[in-house]
Amino acid sequence: MDVFSYLLFILMLSVFLGFELINKVPATLHTPLMSGANAISGITVVGAVALAGSGNADLAQWFGAGAVALASINVVGGYMVTDRMLGFFKKKEG
Amino acid sequence: MNIELFIQLGYVVAAGLFIFGLKMLGSPDTARRGNGISAIGMLVAIVAALLDQGIVQYEFILGGMIVGGAIGAIAARTVAMTSMPEMVALFNGVGGAASGLVGIAALSIADSSFTYITIILSILIGGVTFTGSLVAYGKLSETIGSGALTFSGQKFVNALIVIGIVASAVMFVMDPSNTNMLYTVVGLSLVFGIMVVIPIGGADMPVVISLLNSYSGLAACAAGFAVDNNVLIVAGSLVGASGIILTQIMCKAMNRSLSNVLFSGFASVSTTVTEVEGEIKPISVEDAYYVLEAATNVAIIPGYGMAVAQAQHVVKELMELLEANGCEVNYGIHPVAGRMPGHMNVLLAEADVPYDQLLEMDDINPRMETVDVAIVIGANDVVNPAAREVESSPIYGMPVINVADARTVFVLKRSMASGFAGIENPLFYKDNARMLFGDAKESIGGLVREFS
Repeated sequence: MDVFSYLLFILMLSVFLGFELINKVPATLHTPLMSGANAISGITVVGAVALAGSGNADLAQWFGAGAVALASINVVGGYMVTDRMLGFFKKKEG
Repeated sequence: MNIELFIQLGYVVAAGLFIFGLKMLGSPDTARRGNGISAIGMLVAIVAALLDQGIVQYEFILGGMIVGGAIGAIAARTVAMTSMPEMVALFNGVGGAASGLVGIAALSIADSSFTYITIILSILIGGVTFTGSLVAYGKLSETIGSGALTFSGQKFVNALIVIGIVASAVMFVMDPSNTNMLYTVVGLSLVFGIMVVIPIGGADMPVVISLLNSYSGLAACAAGFAVDNNVLIVAGSLVGASGIILTQIMCKAMNRSLSNVLFSGFASVSTTVTEVEGEIKPISVEDAYYVLEAATNVAIIPGYGMAVAQAQHVVKELMELLEANGCEVNYGIHPVAGRMPGHMNVLLAEADVPYDQLLEMDDINPRMETVDVAIVIGANDVVNPAAREVESSPIYGMPVINVADARTVFVLKRSMASGFAGIENPLFYKDNARMLFGDAKESIGGLVREFS
């Protein structure tokens, strides 16, 4: 099996899994869900580090470093702000 | 054990932690831990990626991480909860831009047509997400007008841009040495992102934010194909799916299709005139207090106006006084109240309102007949009975919170100007409706003073 079909296979399964997982999230958590999901989309940093550190082709390195910086904003900012928001959610006492 | 296998195992663990974290985000009790688990997954993925033996130079990586991480941390700590919609928009845009840059940088390792196609896709989706989110940010923070900007021939211009993108993308994939075509795709993608969001007005922002959220995931997914990395594909498609579901929920809550939201503002239908019978009956803060003092069941329906007036804390004060007076207080939250999904819930949670008192529309509507006083704070279209009663109304069919079923309705409103959609609201003319004019924060502050 070549890489392409293997990657497509993963894509299909994760999309279905995503639908199943998110359908169950109540409306009250929609904002934290969105910012938490946004933090996850910072995963692109993983693709960026390999390119930024490849040591060849100057331009690719700079673009890669830019991508690392932007994705790091996403990851750090996204997780922190989600945590801050979720800290507010409390149940009624008693 | 060889290092490559170790890296791949790290990615598998990371993907598992993302899935588990998202699952725990499904309940308010576990959500915070879920977010933490997802963050650990991210850490595992990043450490695994750094072990890659292709990496010979760490300066660029570390520099990027320190700069980006510091900016993200400062932004996350200092942002006010009322500014969350524009913050989320900005983060979406940054994520899209990052994936677009990964696509461009991946050109140095591209070797097949398939890779070039995925690179083009990540540049396209990333670019649209980036500029689209910036426009959304501008609209949400009111740095540019929040209204819908339309001009004649808009569809024609957009069609031309799409054709241009497709044509230059095809030409680039056929001949990757032709970098002019690549630049054309980059430029047109950025322009297209702006064009897609400018015709969308402020009240439709919940849909746009959800959609851009989805795009930021899809961009990561495309970048994953470009660099052959499965954890990018898994994480990216999870985010993509989550954004699409939120988009669907928002569209359903407005009884509009996605294409209707994206391509036609309310502007085209605002000429419809609805004849409304009855008269407006204002009420003073003092009289409102007497009614509330006698009430045993109060429902509060907040809208974007509550966020604008920053009234959430004083609303919570009023709630405590009412509860001390032996009254049951609940909140009715419409899915599209505010500027992003769950906007009202976050604001009220910040003001220490317990989340089990925040009821969804379908839970509060059946109870509305037993409610003595429904207090509408800065909401308009989401409580407009025209959606149920007037077939000619542009919002006819949209599910709304049936506040008119309550014994008395207080509507807190700045003036008699119509809501965002420019639609007359028959609620204000109902026999049981009383208008409390003025700034929501001051009006409720007045009620609080009457109680104490």
